[in-house]
Amino acid sequence: MADNTFTLITGRSGAQGTGISWGKEGEGYREAVQLVELNPADMECLGLQEGDAVRLISRYGATEALCRPGNLPTGLAFMAFGPVANQLTGAETRASGMPDTRGFEVRLEPVLNRRGVDKR
Amino acid sequence: MQIEAAICAFCGCLCDDIVLTIESDRIVQAKNACALGKAWYTAHSRPPDLPAARVDGKSVEVEEAIEAAAILLTKARYPILYGLSSTSCEAQRHAVALAEALGGCIDCCTSVCHGPSGMAVQGFGEPTCTLGEVKNRADLVIYWGSNPAESHPRHMSRYAVTSKGRLTPNGRKNRTVVLVDVRSTPSSRFADLLLTVRPGIDFEILWALRALVLGRKVEPAGLAETGITLAQLTHLAELMKNCRYGVLFAGQGLTQSAGNQMNLSAAILLVRDLNQFTKFAIIPMRGHGNVTGVDQVLTWQTGYPFGVNFSRGYPRFNPGEFTMVDVLRRKEADAVLSVASDPAASLPAEAVQRLTEVPLIAIDTHESETTRLARVSFMASTVGIRASGTAYRMDNVPLFLKQALTSIYPSDEEILGRLLERVRELKA
Ligand code: SF4
Repeated sequence: MADNTFTLITGRSGAQGTGISWGKEGEGYREAVQLVELNPADMECLGLQEGDAVRLISRYGATEALCRPGNLPTGLAFMAFGPVANQLTGAETRASGMPDTRGFEVRLEPVLNRRGVDKR
Repeated sequence: MQIEAAICAFCGCLCDDIVLTIESDRIVQAKNACALGKAWYTAHSRPPDLPAARVDGKSVEVEEAIEAAAILLTKARYPILYGLSSTSCEAQRHAVALAEALGGCIDCCTSVCHGPSGMAVQGFGEPTCTLGEVKNRADLVIYWGSNPAESHPRHMSRYAVTSKGRLTPNGRKNRTVVLVDVRSTPSSRFADLLLTVRPGIDFEILWALRALVLGRKVEPAGLAETGITLAQLTHLAELMKNCRYGVLFAGQGLTQSAGNQMNLSAAILLVRDLNQFTKFAIIPMRGHGNVTGVDQVLTWQTGYPFGVNFSRGYPRFNPGEFTMVDVLRRKEADAVLSVASDPAASLPAEAVQRLTEVPLIAIDTHESETTRLARVSFMASTVGIRASGTAYRMDNVPLFLKQALTSIYPSDEEILGRLLERVRELKA
Protein backbone atom coordinates (compact mmCIF):
# COMPACT_ATOMS: atom_id res chain seq x y z
CA MET A 1 0.00 0.00 0.00
CA ALA A 2 1.88 3.05 -1.21
CA ASP A 3 0.37 6.55 -0.94
CA ASN A 4 -2.87 5.06 0.43
CA THR A 5 -3.31 3.37 -2.95
CA PHE A 6 -5.17 0.05 -3.10
CA THR A 7 -6.27 -2.36 -5.80
CA LEU A 8 -10.05 -2.57 -5.68
CA ILE A 9 -11.82 -5.85 -6.35
CA THR A 10 -15.63 -5.94 -6.65
CA GLY A 11 -17.77 -9.05 -6.44
CA ARG A 12 -20.81 -10.82 -5.04
CA SER A 13 -21.37 -11.00 -1.29
CA GLY A 14 -24.03 -13.05 0.47
CA ALA A 15 -25.96 -10.07 1.88
CA GLN A 16 -25.75 -8.19 -1.41
CA GLY A 17 -27.10 -11.30 -3.19
CA THR A 18 -30.15 -11.72 -0.97
CA GLY A 19 -30.71 -7.94 -1.12
CA ILE A 20 -31.25 -8.22 -4.88
CA SER A 21 -34.44 -10.15 -4.15
CA TRP A 22 -35.58 -8.25 -1.06
CA GLY A 23 -35.09 -4.86 -2.70
CA LYS A 24 -32.12 -2.59 -2.95
CA GLU A 25 -33.70 -0.02 -0.69
CA GLY A 26 -33.58 -2.54 2.18
CA GLU A 27 -31.17 -1.89 5.00
CA GLY A 28 -29.34 -5.22 4.58
CA TYR A 29 -28.50 -4.50 0.95
CA ARG A 30 -27.52 -0.89 1.60
CA GLU A 31 -25.22 -1.90 4.39
CA ALA A 32 -23.66 -4.67 2.31
CA VAL A 33 -22.86 -2.46 -0.70
CA GLN A 34 -21.52 0.36 1.46
CA LEU A 35 -18.72 -1.69 3.00
CA VAL A 36 -15.12 -1.81 1.92
CA GLU A 37 -13.03 -4.68 3.25
CA LEU A 38 -9.36 -4.12 3.97
CA ASN A 39 -6.51 -6.11 5.45
CA PRO A 40 -6.37 -5.41 9.22
CA ALA A 41 -2.72 -4.32 8.95
CA ASP A 42 -3.66 -1.76 6.29
CA MET A 43 -6.47 -0.48 8.51
CA GLU A 44 -4.08 -0.09 11.39
CA CYS A 45 -1.61 1.77 9.19
CA LEU A 46 -4.33 4.23 8.22
CA GLY A 47 -5.56 4.53 11.80
CA LEU A 48 -8.92 3.03 10.87
CA GLN A 49 -11.29 1.02 12.99
CA GLU A 50 -14.18 -1.13 11.86
CA GLY A 51 -17.10 1.12 10.89
CA ASP A 52 -14.99 4.17 10.12
CA ALA A 53 -15.89 6.07 6.98
CA VAL A 54 -13.38 6.32 4.17
CA ARG A 55 -13.39 8.19 0.90
CA LEU A 56 -12.38 6.16 -2.14
CA ILE A 57 -11.15 7.87 -5.28
CA SER A 58 -10.54 6.10 -8.60
CA ARG A 59 -9.65 7.62 -11.96
CA TYR A 60 -13.36 7.41 -12.81
CA GLY A 61 -15.04 8.82 -9.71
CA ALA A 62 -15.25 8.96 -5.95
CA THR A 63 -17.49 7.64 -3.20
CA GLU A 64 -17.62 6.98 0.52
CA ALA A 65 -17.77 3.61 2.25
CA LEU A 66 -17.40 2.11 5.71
CA CYS A 67 -14.40 -0.07 6.31
CA ARG A 68 -14.22 -3.45 7.95
CA PRO A 69 -11.36 -5.90 8.32
CA GLY A 70 -11.33 -8.75 5.83
CA ASN A 71 -9.21 -11.78 5.06
CA LEU A 72 -7.39 -10.36 2.07
CA PRO A 73 -3.78 -9.53 1.23
CA THR A 74 -2.38 -6.11 2.07
CA GLY A 75 -2.92 -3.53 -0.63
CA LEU A 76 -6.21 -5.07 -1.72
CA ALA A 77 -9.68 -3.64 -1.08
CA PHE A 78 -12.97 -5.47 -1.67
CA MET A 79 -16.46 -4.04 -2.23
CA ALA A 80 -19.68 -5.85 -3.12
CA PHE A 81 -21.21 -5.08 -6.52
CA GLY A 82 -23.69 -2.22 -6.26
CA PRO A 83 -24.41 1.45 -6.75
CA VAL A 84 -21.67 2.57 -4.31
CA ALA A 85 -18.84 0.65 -6.01
CA ASN A 86 -20.25 1.74 -9.38
CA GLN A 87 -19.18 5.30 -8.60
CA LEU A 88 -15.61 4.01 -8.87
CA THR A 89 -15.84 1.64 -11.85
CA GLY A 90 -15.01 2.82 -15.36
CA ALA A 91 -17.23 2.74 -18.45
CA GLU A 92 -14.31 2.30 -20.85
CA THR A 93 -14.42 -1.30 -22.12
CA ARG A 94 -11.39 -1.52 -24.44
CA ALA A 95 -13.42 -3.18 -27.19
CA SER A 96 -14.67 -5.93 -24.91
CA GLY A 97 -18.03 -4.57 -23.71
CA MET A 98 -16.77 -5.24 -20.18
CA PRO A 99 -16.30 -2.16 -18.02
CA ASP A 100 -13.33 -1.71 -15.72
CA THR A 101 -14.88 -3.53 -12.77
CA ARG A 102 -12.07 -5.26 -10.89
CA GLY A 103 -8.44 -4.78 -10.18
CA PHE A 104 -8.11 -1.04 -10.65
CA GLU A 105 -6.45 1.51 -8.42
CA VAL A 106 -8.25 3.50 -5.76
CA ARG A 107 -6.90 6.01 -3.30
CA LEU A 108 -8.29 5.79 0.17
CA GLU A 109 -8.69 8.70 2.58
CA PRO A 110 -10.10 8.38 6.08
CA VAL A 111 -13.13 10.60 6.64
CA LEU A 112 -12.62 12.12 10.03
CA ASN A 113 -15.27 11.80 12.71
CA ARG A 114 -17.66 9.67 10.72
CA ARG A 115 -18.76 6.21 11.70
CA GLY A 116 -21.80 4.02 11.20
CA VAL A 117 -24.01 3.13 8.25
CA ASP A 118 -25.36 5.96 6.20
CA LYS A 119 -29.12 5.40 6.24
CA ARG A 120 -30.12 8.34 4.11
CA MET B 1 -50.12 -27.35 -0.85
CA GLN B 2 -46.68 -28.68 -1.74
CA ILE B 3 -44.82 -28.60 -5.05
CA GLU B 4 -41.95 -31.06 -5.42
CA ALA B 5 -38.97 -30.55 -7.72
CA ALA B 6 -39.53 -26.86 -8.28
CA ILE B 7 -36.66 -24.98 -9.94
CA CYS B 8 -35.00 -22.01 -8.30
CA ALA B 9 -34.11 -19.47 -10.97
CA PHE B 10 -32.08 -17.02 -8.92
CA CYS B 11 -28.66 -18.23 -10.05
CA GLY B 12 -27.18 -20.25 -12.88
CA CYS B 13 -27.28 -23.48 -10.84
CA LEU B 14 -31.06 -23.72 -11.46
CA CYS B 15 -31.43 -26.21 -8.60
CA ASP B 16 -34.39 -28.42 -9.50
CA ASP B 17 -34.94 -30.13 -6.17
CA ILE B 18 -36.76 -27.37 -4.32
CA VAL B 19 -39.86 -28.35 -2.34
CA LEU B 20 -42.28 -25.45 -2.05
CA THR B 21 -44.94 -25.14 0.61
CA ILE B 22 -47.72 -22.80 -0.48
CA GLU B 23 -50.32 -21.21 1.75
CA SER B 24 -52.85 -18.60 0.61
CA ASP B 25 -51.03 -18.05 -2.68
CA ARG B 26 -47.75 -17.42 -0.91
CA ILE B 27 -44.60 -19.51 -0.69
CA VAL B 28 -44.04 -20.05 3.03
CA GLN B 29 -41.19 -22.53 2.69
CA ALA B 30 -38.65 -23.36 0.00
CA LYS B 31 -36.99 -26.53 1.28
CA ASN B 32 -33.50 -27.26 -0.04
CA ALA B 33 -33.01 -23.72 -1.34
CA CYS B 34 -29.94 -21.78 -0.16
CA ALA B 35 -30.14 -18.33 1.45
CA LEU B 36 -30.16 -16.65 -1.98
CA GLY B 37 -32.88 -19.00 -3.23
CA LYS B 38 -35.01 -18.62 -0.09
CA ALA B 39 -34.82 -14.83 -0.39
CA TRP B 40 -35.77 -15.07 -4.07
CA TYR B 41 -38.81 -17.29 -3.42
CA THR B 42 -40.03 -15.37 -0.40
CA ALA B 43 -39.54 -11.88 -1.81
CA HIS B 44 -41.06 -12.74 -5.18
CA SER B 45 -44.15 -14.32 -3.69
CA ARG B 46 -45.11 -11.20 -1.74
CA PRO B 47 -48.49 -9.84 -2.73
CA PRO B 48 -48.09 -7.20 -5.42
CA ASP B 49 -48.19 -3.64 -4.17
CA LEU B 50 -47.48 -1.71 -7.34
CA PRO B 51 -49.64 -0.95 -10.37
CA ALA B 52 -49.02 -3.21 -13.37
CA ALA B 53 -48.01 -0.25 -15.50
CA ARG B 54 -46.96 3.35 -14.97
CA VAL B 55 -46.26 6.23 -17.32
CA ASP B 56 -44.45 9.23 -15.83
CA GLY B 57 -45.10 7.78 -12.40
CA LYS B 58 -48.87 7.55 -12.85
CA SER B 59 -50.71 4.26 -12.78
CA VAL B 60 -52.19 3.39 -16.21
CA GLU B 61 -53.71 0.40 -18.00
CA VAL B 62 -51.11 -1.99 -19.45
CA GLU B 63 -52.39 -1.20 -22.97
CA GLU B 64 -51.75 2.52 -22.47
CA ALA B 65 -48.20 1.85 -21.29
CA ILE B 66 -47.60 -0.46 -24.28
CA GLU B 67 -48.70 2.37 -26.57
CA ALA B 68 -46.43 4.90 -24.80
CA ALA B 69 -43.45 2.52 -24.89
CA ALA B 70 -44.02 1.62 -28.56
CA ILE B 71 -44.10 5.30 -29.52
CA LEU B 72 -40.92 6.11 -27.58
CA LEU B 73 -39.08 3.17 -29.12
CA THR B 74 -40.21 3.73 -32.71
CA LYS B 75 -39.32 7.44 -32.51
CA ALA B 76 -35.78 6.64 -31.40
CA ARG B 77 -32.94 6.47 -33.93
CA TYR B 78 -30.68 4.27 -31.82
CA PRO B 79 -32.69 2.34 -29.24
CA ILE B 80 -31.06 -0.39 -27.18
CA LEU B 81 -32.74 -3.35 -25.46
CA TYR B 82 -30.84 -4.63 -22.47
CA GLY B 83 -30.90 -7.13 -19.62
CA LEU B 84 -32.96 -10.30 -20.10
CA SER B 85 -30.89 -12.42 -17.73
CA SER B 86 -33.73 -13.20 -15.30
CA THR B 87 -36.53 -14.00 -17.67
CA SER B 88 -37.65 -16.86 -19.89
CA CYS B 89 -36.26 -17.82 -23.28
CA GLU B 90 -39.76 -17.24 -24.67
CA ALA B 91 -39.56 -13.58 -23.56
CA GLN B 92 -35.98 -13.30 -24.81
CA ARG B 93 -37.12 -14.49 -28.25
CA HIS B 94 -39.65 -11.62 -28.43
CA ALA B 95 -36.94 -9.17 -27.36
CA VAL B 96 -34.70 -10.21 -30.26
CA ALA B 97 -37.59 -9.79 -32.71
CA LEU B 98 -38.33 -6.39 -31.19
CA ALA B 99 -34.73 -5.21 -31.61
CA GLU B 100 -34.85 -6.36 -35.23
CA ALA B 101 -38.18 -4.60 -35.87
CA LEU B 102 -36.73 -1.40 -34.38
CA GLY B 103 -33.41 -1.68 -36.22
CA GLY B 104 -31.76 -1.15 -32.82
CA CYS B 105 -29.23 -2.82 -30.55
CA ILE B 106 -29.81 -5.72 -28.21
CA ASP B 107 -27.41 -6.58 -25.44
CA CYS B 108 -27.76 -8.70 -22.33
CA CYS B 109 -26.14 -8.83 -18.90
CA THR B 110 -23.61 -11.24 -20.44
CA SER B 111 -21.60 -8.28 -21.71
CA VAL B 112 -20.83 -7.28 -18.11
CA CYS B 113 -20.35 -10.80 -16.71
CA HIS B 114 -19.22 -13.52 -19.11
CA GLY B 115 -19.09 -11.68 -22.46
CA PRO B 116 -15.35 -12.35 -22.53
CA SER B 117 -16.11 -16.09 -22.17
CA GLY B 118 -18.41 -15.87 -25.20
CA MET B 119 -15.69 -14.15 -27.20
CA ALA B 120 -13.12 -16.76 -26.19
CA VAL B 121 -15.51 -19.57 -27.14
CA GLN B 122 -15.96 -17.99 -30.58
CA GLY B 123 -12.19 -18.11 -31.01
CA PHE B 124 -11.31 -21.48 -29.56
CA GLY B 125 -14.47 -23.53 -29.05
CA GLU B 126 -15.77 -24.80 -25.73
CA PRO B 127 -14.40 -28.08 -24.38
CA THR B 128 -17.22 -28.43 -21.89
CA CYS B 129 -19.51 -30.90 -20.14
CA THR B 130 -22.70 -30.89 -18.10
CA LEU B 131 -22.95 -30.52 -14.34
CA GLY B 132 -24.28 -34.08 -14.31
CA GLU B 133 -20.94 -35.27 -15.66
CA VAL B 134 -19.16 -33.18 -13.04
CA LYS B 135 -21.21 -34.77 -10.29
CA ASN B 136 -20.71 -38.31 -11.56
CA ARG B 137 -17.14 -38.17 -12.81
CA ALA B 138 -15.01 -35.20 -11.77
CA ASP B 139 -12.14 -35.99 -9.41
CA LEU B 140 -10.42 -32.61 -9.83
CA VAL B 141 -12.43 -29.42 -9.48
CA ILE B 142 -10.84 -26.02 -9.94
CA TYR B 143 -12.62 -22.76 -9.19
CA TRP B 144 -10.69 -19.89 -10.74
CA GLY B 145 -11.77 -16.34 -9.83
CA SER B 146 -14.99 -17.58 -8.31
CA ASN B 147 -16.48 -17.63 -4.83
CA PRO B 148 -19.28 -20.19 -5.18
CA ALA B 149 -20.07 -20.19 -1.44
CA GLU B 150 -21.52 -16.70 -1.90
CA SER B 151 -22.39 -16.51 -5.59
CA HIS B 152 -23.79 -20.04 -6.21
CA PRO B 153 -24.17 -21.46 -2.69
CA ARG B 154 -25.30 -24.97 -3.71
CA HIS B 155 -22.89 -25.42 -6.59
CA MET B 156 -20.46 -27.36 -4.44
CA SER B 157 -23.01 -29.54 -2.65
CA ARG B 158 -25.24 -30.33 -5.62
CA TYR B 159 -22.77 -30.69 -8.43
CA ALA B 160 -19.08 -30.28 -7.91
CA VAL B 161 -17.60 -30.95 -4.47
CA THR B 162 -19.56 -32.89 -1.86
CA SER B 163 -22.13 -34.45 -4.22
CA LYS B 164 -21.90 -38.20 -4.71
CA GLY B 165 -22.08 -39.70 -8.18
CA ARG B 166 -21.59 -42.99 -10.03
CA LEU B 167 -17.81 -42.73 -10.20
CA THR B 168 -17.57 -40.48 -7.15
CA PRO B 169 -19.47 -42.58 -4.59
CA ASN B 170 -17.67 -41.01 -1.64
CA GLY B 171 -18.36 -37.45 -2.75
CA ARG B 172 -15.84 -35.04 -1.26
CA LYS B 173 -13.34 -37.85 -0.56
CA ASN B 174 -13.19 -38.67 -4.26
CA ARG B 175 -12.31 -35.16 -5.31
CA THR B 176 -9.43 -32.73 -5.10
CA VAL B 177 -10.59 -29.14 -4.95
CA VAL B 178 -8.42 -26.21 -5.99
CA LEU B 179 -9.26 -22.54 -5.57
CA VAL B 180 -7.38 -19.81 -7.39
CA ASP B 181 -8.31 -16.32 -6.23
CA VAL B 182 -6.87 -12.97 -5.24
CA ARG B 183 -8.26 -13.14 -1.72
CA SER B 184 -9.54 -15.55 0.85
CA THR B 185 -13.31 -16.05 0.64
CA PRO B 186 -15.92 -18.22 2.37
CA SER B 187 -15.20 -20.78 -0.39
CA SER B 188 -11.55 -21.11 0.63
CA ARG B 189 -12.24 -23.57 3.42
CA PHE B 190 -13.47 -26.14 0.88
CA ALA B 191 -10.15 -26.19 -0.97
CA ASP B 192 -7.40 -28.79 -0.75
CA LEU B 193 -5.13 -26.37 -2.55
CA LEU B 194 -5.54 -22.63 -2.28
CA LEU B 195 -3.53 -20.40 -4.59
CA THR B 196 -3.68 -16.70 -3.77
CA VAL B 197 -2.59 -14.82 -6.86
CA ARG B 198 -2.02 -11.13 -7.52
CA PRO B 199 -4.89 -9.34 -9.23
CA GLY B 200 -4.79 -8.87 -13.01
CA ILE B 201 -2.14 -11.52 -13.62
CA ASP B 202 -4.32 -14.54 -14.50
CA PHE B 203 -3.32 -14.65 -18.16
CA GLU B 204 0.37 -14.98 -17.31
CA ILE B 205 -0.36 -17.77 -14.83
CA LEU B 206 -2.59 -19.69 -17.23
CA TRP B 207 0.00 -19.34 -19.98
CA ALA B 208 2.76 -20.61 -17.69
CA LEU B 209 0.50 -23.52 -16.69
CA ARG B 210 0.08 -24.40 -20.37
CA ALA B 211 3.84 -24.51 -20.74
CA LEU B 212 4.24 -26.74 -17.66
CA VAL B 213 1.46 -29.07 -18.79
CA LEU B 214 3.17 -29.43 -22.18
CA GLY B 215 6.52 -30.15 -20.49
CA ARG B 216 8.20 -26.87 -21.42
CA LYS B 217 10.59 -24.96 -19.20
CA VAL B 218 9.31 -22.03 -17.15
CA GLU B 219 11.78 -19.63 -15.56
CA PRO B 220 10.95 -18.98 -11.87
CA ALA B 221 11.73 -15.28 -12.43
CA GLY B 222 8.90 -15.15 -14.97
CA LEU B 223 6.45 -15.81 -12.13
CA ALA B 224 7.84 -13.15 -9.83
CA GLU B 225 4.82 -10.86 -10.25
CA THR B 226 2.17 -13.54 -9.92
CA GLY B 227 2.18 -14.12 -6.18
CA ILE B 228 2.84 -17.86 -6.59
CA THR B 229 5.96 -19.95 -7.02
CA LEU B 230 7.06 -22.28 -9.77
CA ALA B 231 6.79 -25.19 -7.32
CA GLN B 232 3.13 -24.36 -6.60
CA LEU B 233 2.31 -24.04 -10.27
CA THR B 234 4.17 -27.24 -11.15
CA HIS B 235 2.16 -29.05 -8.48
CA LEU B 236 -1.08 -27.74 -10.01
CA ALA B 237 0.02 -28.76 -13.51
CA GLU B 238 0.72 -32.28 -12.23
CA LEU B 239 -2.65 -32.48 -10.47
CA MET B 240 -4.32 -31.45 -13.72
CA LYS B 241 -2.45 -33.91 -15.94
CA ASN B 242 -2.89 -36.81 -13.55
CA CYS B 243 -6.57 -36.49 -12.70
CA ARG B 244 -9.16 -38.80 -14.21
CA TYR B 245 -11.69 -36.10 -15.04
CA GLY B 246 -10.96 -32.44 -14.38
CA VAL B 247 -13.19 -29.39 -14.54
CA LEU B 248 -12.22 -25.75 -14.50
CA PHE B 249 -15.00 -23.44 -13.34
CA ALA B 250 -14.21 -19.99 -14.69
CA GLY B 251 -15.52 -17.13 -12.58
CA GLN B 252 -15.94 -13.43 -13.09
CA GLY B 253 -12.56 -12.93 -11.48
CA LEU B 254 -11.22 -14.01 -14.88
CA THR B 255 -13.68 -12.24 -17.17
CA GLN B 256 -13.78 -8.92 -15.31
CA SER B 257 -10.04 -8.59 -14.64
CA ALA B 258 -7.39 -7.18 -16.94
CA GLY B 259 -7.08 -9.41 -19.97
CA ASN B 260 -10.81 -10.26 -20.02
CA GLN B 261 -11.36 -12.46 -23.11
CA MET B 262 -7.63 -13.23 -23.28
CA ASN B 263 -7.84 -14.80 -19.81
CA LEU B 264 -10.67 -17.04 -20.95
CA SER B 265 -8.89 -17.85 -24.21
CA ALA B 266 -5.87 -18.97 -22.20
CA ALA B 267 -8.09 -21.06 -19.91
CA ILE B 268 -9.79 -22.75 -22.88
CA LEU B 269 -6.44 -23.45 -24.56
CA LEU B 270 -5.13 -24.91 -21.29
CA VAL B 271 -8.16 -27.22 -21.10
CA ARG B 272 -7.65 -28.20 -24.74
CA ASP B 273 -4.01 -29.02 -24.01
CA LEU B 274 -5.00 -31.09 -20.98
CA ASN B 275 -7.19 -33.29 -23.16
CA GLN B 276 -3.98 -34.71 -24.64
CA PHE B 277 -3.38 -36.29 -21.23
CA THR B 278 -6.77 -36.79 -19.59
CA LYS B 279 -10.40 -35.69 -19.79
CA PHE B 280 -10.82 -32.02 -18.88
CA ALA B 281 -13.66 -29.52 -19.30
CA ILE B 282 -14.39 -25.86 -18.64
CA ILE B 283 -17.67 -24.32 -17.47
CA PRO B 284 -18.18 -20.57 -16.97
CA MET B 285 -19.86 -19.81 -13.62
CA ARG B 286 -22.86 -18.00 -15.07
CA GLY B 287 -24.55 -15.78 -12.51
CA HIS B 288 -28.18 -14.89 -13.12
CA GLY B 289 -30.85 -17.58 -13.46
CA ASN B 290 -31.22 -17.46 -17.25
CA VAL B 291 -28.28 -15.44 -18.47
CA THR B 292 -27.10 -18.61 -20.24
CA GLY B 293 -30.50 -18.77 -21.98
CA VAL B 294 -30.27 -15.28 -23.41
CA ASP B 295 -26.93 -16.16 -25.00
CA GLN B 296 -28.54 -19.26 -26.46
CA VAL B 297 -31.56 -17.40 -27.82
CA LEU B 298 -29.48 -14.55 -29.26
CA THR B 299 -27.06 -17.02 -30.83
CA TRP B 300 -29.70 -19.17 -32.48
CA GLN B 301 -31.59 -16.08 -33.72
CA THR B 302 -28.66 -13.85 -34.78
CA GLY B 303 -25.49 -15.93 -34.65
CA TYR B 304 -24.05 -13.88 -31.76
CA PRO B 305 -24.42 -14.16 -27.99
CA PHE B 306 -24.60 -10.46 -26.94
CA GLY B 307 -23.94 -6.94 -28.25
CA VAL B 308 -25.95 -7.27 -31.48
CA ASN B 309 -27.02 -4.40 -33.75
CA PHE B 310 -29.78 -4.50 -36.40
CA SER B 311 -29.49 -0.98 -37.82
CA ARG B 312 -28.49 -2.29 -41.25
CA GLY B 313 -31.36 -4.76 -41.29
CA TYR B 314 -29.15 -7.74 -40.47
CA PRO B 315 -27.37 -8.66 -37.24
CA ARG B 316 -23.87 -7.36 -36.58
CA PHE B 317 -21.78 -8.19 -33.52
CA ASN B 318 -19.13 -5.96 -32.07
CA PRO B 319 -18.29 -5.88 -28.37
CA GLY B 320 -17.17 -2.38 -27.45
CA GLU B 321 -19.43 -0.90 -30.11
CA PHE B 322 -22.88 -2.46 -29.67
CA THR B 323 -22.58 -3.35 -25.99
CA MET B 324 -24.70 -1.53 -23.41
CA VAL B 325 -21.95 0.24 -21.45
CA ASP B 326 -20.33 1.56 -24.62
CA VAL B 327 -23.57 2.65 -26.28
CA LEU B 328 -24.47 4.58 -23.10
CA ARG B 329 -21.01 6.00 -22.45
CA ARG B 330 -20.75 7.39 -25.98
CA LYS B 331 -24.27 8.79 -25.56
CA GLU B 332 -25.43 7.03 -28.73
CA ALA B 333 -28.52 5.40 -27.25
CA ASP B 334 -31.54 7.68 -27.52
CA ALA B 335 -34.00 5.24 -25.90
CA VAL B 336 -33.47 2.25 -23.63
CA LEU B 337 -35.68 -0.74 -22.88
CA SER B 338 -34.49 -2.66 -19.84
CA VAL B 339 -35.97 -6.11 -19.23
CA ALA B 340 -35.52 -8.17 -16.05
CA SER B 341 -32.41 -6.29 -15.05
CA ASP B 342 -31.37 -3.24 -13.09
CA PRO B 343 -28.77 -1.36 -15.15
CA ALA B 344 -29.23 1.84 -13.08
CA ALA B 345 -27.87 -0.03 -10.05
CA SER B 346 -25.35 -2.27 -11.76
CA LEU B 347 -23.49 -0.30 -14.44
CA PRO B 348 -20.69 2.25 -13.95
CA ALA B 349 -21.92 5.73 -13.01
CA GLU B 350 -20.83 7.24 -16.33
CA ALA B 351 -23.05 4.80 -18.23
CA VAL B 352 -25.95 5.25 -15.79
CA GLN B 353 -25.84 9.00 -16.47
CA ARG B 354 -27.17 8.35 -20.00
CA LEU B 355 -30.14 6.44 -18.56
CA THR B 356 -31.23 9.68 -16.90
CA GLU B 357 -31.06 11.60 -20.19
CA VAL B 358 -33.07 9.41 -22.57
CA PRO B 359 -36.54 7.83 -22.57
CA LEU B 360 -36.21 4.74 -20.41
CA ILE B 361 -38.69 1.87 -20.40
CA ALA B 362 -38.36 -0.82 -17.75
CA ILE B 363 -39.97 -4.22 -17.35
CA ASP B 364 -39.19 -5.94 -14.08
CA THR B 365 -40.73 -8.12 -11.41
CA HIS B 366 -40.14 -5.59 -8.63
CA GLU B 367 -39.36 -1.95 -8.06
CA SER B 368 -35.70 -1.14 -8.76
CA GLU B 369 -33.44 1.82 -9.39
CA THR B 370 -34.22 1.38 -13.08
CA THR B 371 -38.02 1.17 -12.75
CA ARG B 372 -37.92 4.27 -10.54
CA LEU B 373 -36.00 6.14 -13.21
CA ALA B 374 -38.14 4.89 -16.09
CA ARG B 375 -40.65 6.99 -17.99
CA VAL B 376 -42.68 3.86 -18.71
CA SER B 377 -42.52 0.89 -16.36
CA PHE B 378 -44.22 -2.49 -16.24
CA MET B 379 -44.42 -4.96 -13.40
CA ALA B 380 -44.11 -8.55 -14.62
CA SER B 381 -44.71 -11.95 -13.07
CA THR B 382 -41.54 -13.76 -11.98
CA VAL B 383 -40.72 -16.77 -14.15
CA GLY B 384 -40.65 -19.90 -11.98
CA ILE B 385 -42.98 -18.37 -9.37
CA ARG B 386 -45.90 -16.56 -11.02
CA ALA B 387 -45.14 -17.40 -14.67
CA SER B 388 -43.70 -20.36 -16.53
CA GLY B 389 -41.00 -20.58 -19.17
CA THR B 390 -37.69 -22.09 -20.24
CA ALA B 391 -34.31 -21.33 -18.69
CA TYR B 392 -30.81 -22.68 -19.37
CA ARG B 393 -28.58 -23.85 -16.55
CA MET B 394 -24.97 -22.64 -16.58
CA ASP B 395 -23.96 -25.85 -18.41
CA ASN B 396 -26.42 -25.08 -21.24
CA VAL B 397 -29.02 -27.62 -20.15
CA PRO B 398 -32.54 -26.23 -20.71
CA LEU B 399 -35.13 -26.69 -17.97
CA PHE B 400 -38.80 -25.76 -17.90
CA LEU B 401 -39.85 -23.59 -14.96
CA LYS B 402 -43.44 -24.08 -13.88
CA GLN B 403 -45.71 -21.46 -12.41
CA ALA B 404 -46.31 -22.04 -8.69
CA LEU B 405 -48.59 -19.14 -7.72
CA THR B 406 -51.38 -17.31 -9.52
CA SER B 407 -50.15 -14.62 -11.86
CA ILE B 408 -51.14 -11.10 -11.05
CA TYR B 409 -49.06 -9.18 -13.51
CA PRO B 410 -48.58 -10.18 -17.14
CA SER B 411 -45.33 -12.05 -17.85
CA ASP B 412 -42.33 -10.53 -19.64
CA GLU B 413 -43.25 -12.77 -22.54
CA GLU B 414 -46.75 -11.27 -22.77
CA ILE B 415 -45.57 -7.66 -22.37
CA LEU B 416 -42.81 -8.01 -24.95
CA GLY B 417 -45.14 -9.88 -27.32
CA ARG B 418 -47.68 -7.07 -27.19
CA LEU B 419 -45.00 -4.41 -27.51
CA LEU B 420 -43.57 -6.20 -30.54
CA GLU B 421 -46.99 -6.36 -32.16
CA ARG B 422 -47.61 -2.64 -31.62
CA VAL B 423 -44.13 -1.64 -32.84
CA ARG B 424 -44.65 -3.67 -36.00
CA GLU B 425 -47.98 -1.90 -36.58
CA LEU B 426 -46.42 1.53 -36.07
CA LYS B 427 -43.51 0.67 -38.37
CA ALA B 428 -45.76 -0.74 -41.12
S1 SF4 C 1 -27.70 -22.32 -5.60
FE1 SF4 C 1 -28.70 -20.85 -6.95
S2 SF4 C 1 -30.34 -22.00 -7.95
FE2 SF4 C 1 -29.65 -23.23 -6.18
S3 SF4 C 1 -31.05 -22.64 -4.53
FE3 SF4 C 1 -29.24 -21.28 -4.37
S4 SF4 C 1 -29.78 -19.46 -5.59
FE4 SF4 C 1 -31.24 -21.07 -6.13
